Amino acid sequence: MSQIARTKKEHTFYLNLGPQHPSTHGVLRVLLEMDGEHCLENEPVLGYGHRMQEKIGESRTWAAFLPNTARMDYLSALIFNHGYVGLIERMAGIEVPRRAEFIRVITDELNRIQSHLLWLGAFLLDLGAFTPIMYTFDDREQILDILEDVTGSRLTYSYHRVGGVCRDIDARFVDATRAFIKRLRSRFKIYDDLVTGNIIFIKRVKDIAYFTPDLAKRYGLTGPCLRGAGIPYDIRRAEPYSVYPELDFEIPVGTKGDCLDAYLVRVREMEQSLRIIEQALDMLPEGPFRNKVGRRLKLPQGDASFSVETGHGELAYYMISDGTDVPYRLKIRVPSFSNLSVLPELCRGMLIADLAMTMGTLDLVIPEIDR
Amino acid sequence: MEMLNLLPPEFLRIVISAIIVVAFVFLNCMVLGYAERKLAGFFQMRPGPMEVGPWGLLQLMIDGVKLIAKQLIIPKDSGKMLFRVAPLLAFMPVAMSFIVIPFSEKIQVRDMDIGLVFMLGIMALHVVSTLLAGWVSNNKYALFGAIRAVAQNIAYEIPMLLSLLAVVFISNTLSMQGIVKAQGPIWNILVQPLAFIIYFVAAIAETNRAPFDLPEAESELTAGFHTEYSGMGFSLFVLGEYTNMFFVCSIATVVFLGGWSGPPLPFYAYSGIIWFFLKVYGLLFVMIWVRWTYPRTRFDQLLNFCWMYLIPFSLVNLLITVVGVKLLK
Repeated sequence: MSQIARTKKEHTFYLNLGPQHPSTHGVLRVLLEMDGEHCLENEPVLGYGHRMQEKIGESRTWAAFLPNTARMDYLSALIFNHGYVGLIERMAGIEVPRRAEFIRVITDELNRIQSHLLWLGAFLLDLGAFTPIMYTFDDREQILDILEDVTGSRLTYSYHRVGGVCRDIDARFVDATRAFIKRLRSRFKIYDDLVTGNIIFIKRVKDIAYFTPDLAKRYGLTGPCLRGAGIPYDIRRAEPYSVYPELDFEIPVGTKGDCLDAYLVRVREMEQSLRIIEQALDMLPEGPFRNKVGRRLKLPQGDASFSVETGHGELAYYMISDGTDVPYRLKIRVPSFSNLSVLPELCRGMLIADLAMTMGTLDLVIPEIDR
Repeated sequence: MEMLNLLPPEFLRIVISAIIVVAFVFLNCMVLGYAERKLAGFFQMRPGPMEVGPWGLLQLMIDGVKLIAKQLIIPKDSGKMLFRVAPLLAFMPVAMSFIVIPFSEKIQVRDMDIGLVFMLGIMALHVVSTLLAGWVSNNKYALFGAIRAVAQNIAYEIPMLLSLLAVVFISNTLSMQGIVKAQGPIWNILVQPLAFIIYFVAAIAETNRAPFDLPEAESELTAGFHTEYSGMGFSLFVLGEYTNMFFVCSIATVVFLGGWSGPPLPFYAYSGIIWFFLKVYGLLFVMIWVRWTYPRTRFDQLLNFCWMYLIPFSLVNLLITVVGVKLLK
């Protein structure tokens, strides 16, 4: 060992960020090698919340696994539902009524806005601003109330069912959603004044942690952080599912790929989601909301995959069936897991304050990573 | 009563003043704690504490009882004695600082010739307790907080002193009463607006309040220097923090806002003390407002801000003041 290397070692020490730490948002542990306030190396340690969801999916019928999908990512629970029922429909070749597809898209987008709103509050909490989370929670409550009316639950939904949705939406839901869209549009101005116009906020997030296209390719980074780097990769456009091809919306992208761009992309995505909901409500056709599908339906032999865009990135289900109603193999590709894997390279040599902020930018949902 | 007459009157004065000061420290902490939580509630569109007493007025009392009743957990590998001493050190100096604060023309424990220097000296002691608490806790997060506190307090004391010095040149005295009387109807904030702004920013940093609350930045350091403290140890730090806030705001009131002077109120005899408290709590309101509005700065940005903006500007301000005083007199 050279003298320099030895001195370097003498100056460094290890710090456990987590598993009980306010900025890891769950039971994630990041092992840091520190030199003063700088993190030289970092290593995420996973598995504190591991529940073997994939194995559970392989040991019970496909219908019985549906509620579990919502328990992986509690912020994009409906979109996780959507991916799973989409997969089963693709495997078994089940037709879905058009009305159900529109209902799915509307609830998906409400779910996405809810996820982004929570992220906005929690991210600013990571930056030390206590107040915005109360405002975003207030808006999020409205979405949860709307969704509770129609789905019956507030966080872990099982609303999307194979062949349609669990219950039809009514005029009350439509009115409440339209009122919410109006309300949120006016609230964006408040957030813009309070957050985007704040010099301390801009100084904290600008030019920190560049998500480059190269980095994204090597680690499989998806979601708003990738789009912040200027790559318009969104499953809703790249591999369109449901009725997204019929709807008119943009994929917001950033230019530099720093944390500010990731923030701006998420804010603009919420606006786009509002546009999608508005269009879908206008185009909502009449008709049945569900085709009856037997719960013990045997899936034909073979394999299939289905991808959806959650609030955090690309979610892909892959299933191999041996011809029974219990899947032979279920693989779930979750976005946060790949997004987290960027951390060691992205945050090398960063200040601990920036590391906490970058982890906030990645919008990690720990039960989704551990699943 | 016979016994009391035997004692020298000065001794009695000191004892009574000391009791009043300690009582006031606790009262101030309760008022500020309640105000902070209630105002935070209003800024966040929620009612704040509502359950204990009318509008939650007794919440802080209940909290105090809870904290006293709690076990003081001392970590196994910490410096046992110093771990207990540190919270006391945080609390004692700020109580001492009340000696020179002029609450009104008459109400003041002692008007020293070097009152302002005394206050700043006492204030500098506060950082020792923070360093000690972080160091003896034997916790890396606490140590981070302590080191940050030292660096921050040393850096921000300079612009603070320089901005106060400009006022001292104008009023030509260091005595607190003298500074108040030298202002007359035109308060120093009108003569020295830049110095006031610099002082106030530095004061927020001195008291470790958001957006400069880096020693206890909870998103990075869990709770910073008081991570390992519980029960009364923790509450003494909170008492120290709130009293320190009162303290920097009363300096600002005395030096920049004319202290107890103001137009006479209906209760003529108390008009001075009412004006003083109105001004101090007005400034404290601004401090609370800032805390619940802004995100936290990063540590290097905090120090850069001090060395690149506050210190040069306060130096220039001091130079202009000195030249102005020389030319006008």
